[in-house]
Amino acid sequence: MLRFVLTRVSLVIPTFIGITLLAFFLIRLVPGDPIETMAGERGIDPARHEQLRKEFGFDKPLLSQYGVYITRVLHGDLGKSIVTRENVSTEFAALFPATIELAVCAILFALIIGLPAGILAAVKRNSIFDHGVMGVSLAGYSMPIFWWGLLLILLFSVQLGLTPVSGRIAVQYFIEPTTGFLLIDSLLAGDFDAFKSALSHLILPAIVLGTVPLAVIARMTRSAMLEVLGEDYIRTARAKGLAPIRVVAMHALRNALIPVVTVIGLQVGVLFTGAILTETIFSWPGVGKWLIEAISRRDYPVLQGGTLLIGVVVMSVNLLVDLLYGLINPRIRHH
Amino acid sequence: MSADVIEAQAAAAPPARPHPLREFWTYFSANRGAVAGLVVIALVFLLALFADFIAPHSPYVTNNAVFLKPPFWQDGGSLSYPLGTDAIGRDILSRLLYGARLSLMIGVAVVALSIVVGVILGLIAGFFRGATEIVIMRAMDIVLTLPSLLLAIVIVAILGPGLMNAMLAVAIVVLPHYVRITRAAVIAETSKDYVTAARVTGAGTLRLMFKEVLPNCAAPLIVQATLGVSTAILDAAALGFLGLGAQPPAPEWGTMLADAREFVLRAWWVVTFPGVAILVTVLAFNLLGDGLRDALDPKLKR
Repeated sequence: MLRFVLTRVSLVIPTFIGITLLAFFLIRLVPGDPIETMAGERGIDPARHEQLRKEFGFDKPLLSQYGVYITRVLHGDLGKSIVTRENVSTEFAALFPATIELAVCAILFALIIGLPAGILAAVKRNSIFDHGVMGVSLAGYSMPIFWWGLLLILLFSVQLGLTPVSGRIAVQYFIEPTTGFLLIDSLLAGDFDAFKSALSHLILPAIVLGTVPLAVIARMTRSAMLEVLGEDYIRTARAKGLAPIRVVAMHALRNALIPVVTVIGLQVGVLFTGAILTETIFSWPGVGKWLIEAISRRDYPVLQGGTLLIGVVVMSVNLLVDLLYGLINPRIRHH
Repeated sequence: MSADVIEAQAAAAPPARPHPLREFWTYFSANRGAVAGLVVIALVFLLALFADFIAPHSPYVTNNAVFLKPPFWQDGGSLSYPLGTDAIGRDILSRLLYGARLSLMIGVAVVALSIVVGVILGLIAGFFRGATEIVIMRAMDIVLTLPSLLLAIVIVAILGPGLMNAMLAVAIVVLPHYVRITRAAVIAETSKDYVTAARVTGAGTLRLMFKEVLPNCAAPLIVQATLGVSTAILDAAALGFLGLGAQPPAPEWGTMLADAREFVLRAWWVVTFPGVAILVTVLAFNLLGDGLRDALDPKLKR
């Protein structure tokens, strides 16, 4: 097991170096001088230009620049935002809980609907329900979620007036951030009105972000269940007279869940991609919206640091899923 | 490429079996979803091709007299603007029709670029192994680790916004799939007897790569390419929506949605139709891709 863990962890190192290289070259590949690019159309006077070049270390050779950069990164220093002058890592840490809260709720939504739908579709194979689930999940998989979000706003916020259009909580509530997750913080503060407000703000974005994972989970659960239901031990369980529900829930589901858990773990990248779009539509104050705004403000250190941090988060979650998978399924460990 | 494969198989097959093309069609046409996808794609293609004749208006001409006119079945709508007009009086139907051109062009161009580069990299990785392979495959792992849209955004941030750069970014993002498929297929094929035979008769590496091995990897690549068109259309539209893809006034569907965002409270049709166009087209390509996979994948054949 230790060897398995060490191999998997060591495989991550080149990926990490690759991500730092990408983040490092990001600023240097922008056409023209990076400082002029950051200064934008206003231009910059030559003395200040020279001073900034020194400050950013652009006057040194590329390799030593990378050496300085990676040393800083390993010390947790990702530079400062040009716009706010705040540390990139501080800004990220302040906004990340909003993205996690959204992503966790999205995955919960996807699981609560996707798992039962996939299981039922497999048990009732080729029924109308099965075809319905497969059709809907293919549509979900093909969904342009930025449009799906607008459509839900149109229906639930504009037509029915049920949910707010944007933001994380109504302006009159101020919740002291303890965990950074508004749903939990508002409950800790005992403020149920604030909790309701936070929840009503969260529902639509979570549905939008959960749509693609929902489709993937439903499809994956169905095919994993179909495979398991065809196994001999299921036939044995049925033959000895176990109740069908017991066979499905106890015997089949447990083994079918292994590939499903992996797929859920691998949805992290998809969730970040979705979060960028979802947060933009709903003005959700998370890291996705932050990155998009960084582009329009030409705030390259934010884009650079944010890309690196998100890359590391995705990489770590993938590694974790990999290790967990090895833990549940011994066959993986020994190959 | 596919025709070569099919002919090659036909020559080798015993006479009792039906023609591979016929066999393929038997499997494919049994899948109603796939056939529906094919029909929709053909329709979108024809609409795009004949947009000049079908579109009632120019996609660019604005008309002060008809701001935010609703579709014809609503009060205030008229048949001269069947799906209504946008905020500066452009006909939405005409923009959607010309948008179909852009989206199909994006899908095909992105897939063509990524398949050519991906196949070459995959062939190199599969044939030369060793350090070359490690470098190529590690690079692909990095591309796969980053969330696809984030990577595309970073690339566009480097190159600057615009349709061409957005297409290039999406092509890079989807590249690893083609490299992986080709490499895996090459490694599986090169151990087979026909490759050894070709090598013994003196075929060079290039000949082995392109004449012998590549045609036999075609099936998974065709499937991936079909599914890739839908990813390309979707991602390019997302970039357009974020203001990083096609720039206004281009009638690209994602860009149209970006323009329409602020009118979501007043004019549902401006927001609804471009999204329907994206969804239907992407869905059709996914259906076709699934159908092709079932029909071409010998492992699933009974």
